[in-house]
Order: sequence, then C-alpha cells, then structure tokens
Amino acid sequence: MSKEEVKIDDVVGHDDEYKYGFVTDIDTEIIPPGLSEEVVRLISKKKGEPEWMLDFRLKAYRYWLTLPVPRWAHLDIPEIDFQAISYYAAPTKKEGPKSLDEVDPELLKTFDRLGIPLEEQKALSGMAVDAVMDSVSVKTTHRTLLAEKGIIFCSISEAIKEYPDLVKKYLGSVVSYRDNFYAALNSAVFSDGSFVYIPKGVRCPMELSTYFRINASGTGQFERTLIVADDDAYVSYLEGCTAPSRDENQLHAAIVEIVVENRAEVKYSTVQNWYAGDKEGRGGVYNFVTKRGLCRGDFSKLSWTQVETGSAITWKYPSCVLAGEGSVGEFYSVAVTKNRQQADTGTKMIHTGKNSRSTIVSKGISAGHSQNSYRGLVKVAPNAEGVRNYTQCDSLLLGSNCGAHTFPYIDVMNDSAVVEHEATTSKISEEQLFYCNQRGIPTEEAVGLIVNGYAKEVMNKLPMEFAVEAQRLLSLTLEGSVG
Amino acid sequence: MSEQLLKVNNLHASIDGKEILKGINLTINRGEVHAIMGPNGSGKSTLSSVLAGDPRFTVTEGSVDFHGMDLLSLNPEDRSHEGLFLSFQYPVEIPGVSMVNFMRAAVNAKRKYFNQPALTAGEFLKMMRVKREVVELDNKLASRSVNEGFSGGEKKRNEIFQMAVLEPCLSILDETDSGLDIDALRVVAGGVNKLKTPENSAIVITHYQRLLDYIKPDFVHVLYKGRIVKTGGPELALELEERGYDWIKQEIGEGE
Repeated sequence: MSKEEVKIDDVVGHDDEYKYGFVTDIDTEIIPPGLSEEVVRLISKKKGEPEWMLDFRLKAYRYWLTLPVPRWAHLDIPEIDFQAISYYAAPTKKEGPKSLDEVDPELLKTFDRLGIPLEEQKALSGMAVDAVMDSVSVKTTHRTLLAEKGIIFCSISEAIKEYPDLVKKYLGSVVSYRDNFYAALNSAVFSDGSFVYIPKGVRCPMELSTYFRINASGTGQFERTLIVADDDAYVSYLEGCTAPSRDENQLHAAIVEIVVENRAEVKYSTVQNWYAGDKEGRGGVYNFVTKRGLCRGDFSKLSWTQVETGSAITWKYPSCVLAGEGSVGEFYSVAVTKNRQQADTGTKMIHTGKNSRSTIVSKGISAGHSQNSYRGLVKVAPNAEGVRNYTQCDSLLLGSNCGAHTFPYIDVMNDSAVVEHEATTSKISEEQLFYCNQRGIPTEEAVGLIVNGYAKEVMNKLPMEFAVEAQRLLSLTLEGSVG
Repeated sequence: MSEQLLKVNNLHASIDGKEILKGINLTINRGEVHAIMGPNGSGKSTLSSVLAGDPRFTVTEGSVDFHGMDLLSLNPEDRSHEGLFLSFQYPVEIPGVSMVNFMRAAVNAKRKYFNQPALTAGEFLKMMRVKREVVELDNKLASRSVNEGFSGGEKKRNEIFQMAVLEPCLSILDETDSGLDIDALRVVAGGVNKLKTPENSAIVITHYQRLLDYIKPDFVHVLYKGRIVKTGGPELALELEERGYDWIKQEIGEGE
C-alpha cells in the first residue's frame, strides 16, 4: 500500500460523529412486532381509513406473501426477519394536530435540533415542510398560504380522508403494488408520507419538503409520497432523512410516485442521510425505496436529484416513464459510500413517448471497505421515434479497499433513437493532494474540495438552500481526523 | 551581511530505496535569487520536492533550517504557511474545483494557522483582482477549474498568480520556463520580478540561460548526481550555455 492510500484511508475511514444520531425521549405507541393480515387491518383502523384503502392494503399484502425476497442486486443483504419488525410506531398525540399547541414540545425540539423549525413564526421562509416522525406526520407548515393557490400539501393519511377522489385516482397508478417485493410490502403497511397536488397552471411559490425521521427502535419506516402536477404546473420538492445511531438495522421501504401532466414540471431532490452504521458495519438503515415518476403529459418534465450519503445499504432507482410526446427525464446523482456501506443505485428511463429525452449524470464515490454500484436502464419502446438519451457515469475511488461497479442496461427497439453512454473511473491522486498541501490546504480539506469538485455538476442541480448544506455534508461525510 | 533564510545541510533523500540527493549544502539569504542548473536526472526537481515535503521522497540524512525552524519536521501545509512556495513543473488538474474556491481555501488555511479570521468573500475577491494583474491573468481563467484545460503557458502563469496571492518568503520555481513561448516567458518572469522584495528569496531551477535573462540570479549552482558541484555568479550560467556540462564533469574528474 502506498503512502497516499494510507493517508486517504485515514481521512475517510474514521467513524465520524453522526450529529443526527440522538434519540428523542417521547411516549411512543408501538404495535408488537410481526406482520399478518391482522396487523394490516390494525394499521388501517388506527388511521381511521375508508374501506377502499383497507382493500388496497390487503390486496398488496396477499400479493406480497407470494413473492420471494429479491436477491439480484450487487449487495450483501443479511436475512431480514419481517416478523421481527414493528410496522407502526407513533409518537403519542391527539388526532391530527391542527395547531401547534397540540404538538408535543419534545417533537418540536427534535425537529429544531435537525434544523427544521416547525413553528409558523420560525418556519423556514420559502419552504413548506411536512415533518414525519416514525409512522406519522407531525406537522405541515405554510398550509394556509399554499391553500390560497389551490395547492394541496398534507400528510397522505389526511389526503386519504379529505381528498379520496384524487388519491384513488393516482395512488398506485405509477408504482403498482405488484411492482416489486418492497413495493408490495409498502402498499400493505405504509403509515404516512406526504401528498402534493398542484392544480392546473399553478407555479408553487415555495419549495415543498418532507423531512423523515426514524426515532423508535425495532421499527420499520414505510412512507408513501404522492405528487401530482396538473397541466402547466410546477413544483420543486425536497426530501431529507435522518435516524438515531443504533446497533440494530432498521428497514426503510418507501414509495414515491409522481404524476406529471401536460407541460408540467416536477423537480424532486433528495438529501439522504440515514444513519449509516458504525465503522465495522454494525447498525444502520436499509434504504430500499421505489421511486418513479410518470411523465404522462406532452412536454412534461421530471428531474430527480439525489445526494446519498447515509444508510448501511441503499437500493433504489428513481425512474422516469416518459410517455408524453417531447417529455423530459433527468437523473442527477451523487452516491457516497464509506466504511462498510453498500449502494446499488441508479435510474431507469423508459421512453415510450415520441421525441422524449433523458439525461443521466451519476457520480459514485467509494471509500473505506464500501461497495458502490451504478445500475441503470435506458429503454426505448418500438413506437417511440426520435428519442435521445445521454448517460454519464463516473466513479471516484478513495483508497484501495473499496469497489465501484457499473451495470448499464440499454434496450433500444427503435432505430431513430440516439443513446450515448460515457463512463469514467478515477482516484484522487497523490499529485492532487500534494498540490493542495503545498498551497497550505490540509489533506482532509483537500479531499472535501476535490470530492465536491467532482460532484459539482450534480450539486448545482439542487435548490440553492440545500446546495450549501449538501456540500457541507459531502465534505463532512469524508472527513475524519488525519493521523 | 544579510539575514539567512534557508540553510540546507548535507541533505540526502531517496525514492523507492534509490538515493537521488547525496549531500546537498546550500545557504540562501533574504533577498537573494539562486539559480540551480544541471543535466537531466541530476536531482534538481527532487530537491524542490523534498524541500516542499513531497511524501514520495524519504529524507535519509541531513537537516534544513528555514528562518529558524526545522523545515523537515513540518508537514507540507505548514511549510507553505511558513512561506515556502513551489511553482510546479507540471501543475496538476483538479476538475470541478474553481480557482476561486481553491485559493480561498489556501488563503484561509494560512490565516487560520496564524490565528487570523477568514477573509470575507468581498475582501477575498478584491485581493484576487489585484493579484491577477501581476501575471495578466484574465478573470475567466480565475473562474475556471484548477489548471483544467489550461495551456502550458496558462498553467505556469497560474502558478505565479498563486505565488502572488500567498506571498511566500521563499519561492522555488521548478523549470517554470519549460513549455513557455517567449511572450509567456516574459509575462511569467515579469510577474516573478514584480513580487521580488529585499525580504524574500527565490530558487530558480532551469535548464536554460534564457530565463535568467529575465530573472537575474545572484548565484548559480550546478547540481550533478545529487550534489552541488560548482557555484558561481551569473556568468556561470552563460558559460554553461556556451560550453555545456562536459567541462564540469571533467573538472570533478569524470569526463568522458
């Protein structure tokens, strides 16, 4: 091993402090572990759901029972005992807090500590937040302001009760419960999440954001997000997530569905910072998520941007079904793995619409003993004329014990398509570090600088408010004490 | 007698077990310019790398005093903070990192070392503007990524620009003239001269007299097989230009 490698391992190999690793001491109602039809009925009942919703869950549950656990990913996933997980955990509270007085001060403090103030006076301006703790939505800010424009932004539980027609129309329309193992599981037991509806011709005046927090131990988090942008609408949406540091693994299996109508545009950004486990790979969140958007309308546009730094295992492919003529799909991703983290992530661009276009920029960064895979599918249907795709897939290796892998699938059934794929693999060189050192920049900071430079193309796609935070996170993730 | 800035004493250094520097002795006082010349493979670049603390090289013997500090005990970034600057022969590219961000990190790291507050964005950009003029570096170059896609001449100009920003007391210019056309050479040498004060010193490593027409040395040293075998005034460089190195090899008893 050369000196440089030792140095980089020193920088990135440390079990850095995860500042979101605290636990909130709050009364939580947790149902006993285990999954059965009874449990599905119990969840539905606790949430006071209508009959059609219970049917939806039961159909999903029965289908899930028939499925084998998927094993095709380039991941080493320990056996998950689905009967050992509790499927519902709720901070004890009165039903659906409408005013702040009803929200437990401990919860407000928790979100304050996470940098997400929920009091309307203090709430981040220019951004509305739906705060979800364990299985339930705690509070959604700026609702009145949004309502004036006809925008619906609330927890999905509320939406099921208050906007049943909209939910019925769209729920499961993009990600069916038959889609995959974890989608079926989520459809059966999902507890909360956010619902967004932007009416025709409305440009959402602020960023919408959901902040997911796992707090209770021994539980899984199964949230469900549904975003609908009607004709000519626009919304930028951001998701953030953290969890306490624990020795156990926690399962997070979410579904995000997005429907984009004619000429509408949705930007969906994720800064994922679930607890990643310690240096030896103990604990951490299993982040198995199905995210998909349907660009149903002509000239509609969906853009996914993700910065993935957390989770013991990340397994997800935010995808676009480009059905509308001239519709546009984009995927910008930075995925960082260190210590014993594993990631198998990428995207699917399914082109069924004429002249639809897609861009994929994936930046993987692997350090320590981690494994980082890009897996992507570009599919062009037989009748989709004039399709364009450009894929750029870069891997950066830090140290010599990590792995970077690329699995690009290209499936083109129409001769007029132009599909490009570019890929690079690089390391931070000894020369680059010494150059920085010579200018007075310490190695730790130099690594942060170089990594942020490498990821800049993707970071630039994040909303301004979060770009700075994400940059800091990226540097921090790879920082440790240099020996 | 002026104040001593650098004293290299019997410096030996090796890479991969192979000894390159075999006992360098060199004293540089404040305000002096020293040229180091010598045939390929004599150890010129190794000397500059070792002084700057390049971890690829191992110092096996000797000591270096840098204005009263034990240079060899300092890590590369602290050598930089203490005023040592190396203009690289082959400046490395750092994609995606803008020169502005890079230099701000460098300047603020130095300020932190001296317990000074970081510069505000405004103060920093103003300083960048002033320093850019030293080497006639245009604004666009400064907003591009570090050395990425720069021509050979732009890279060298960019090195001198960084030197202007960091204000070192000892600059080591490692073959700064290689790959430069005559116009670029004039600009780069002009920049070095503008930065010259009676307090700071330079080591100019070069193969050619050409650069020394622009940057006047006080001393010229010939490095050969890891040792300084001859020292003279500026006239020594002219003589080397005219006669090559063979006569020196003969002088030390190993001509062919």
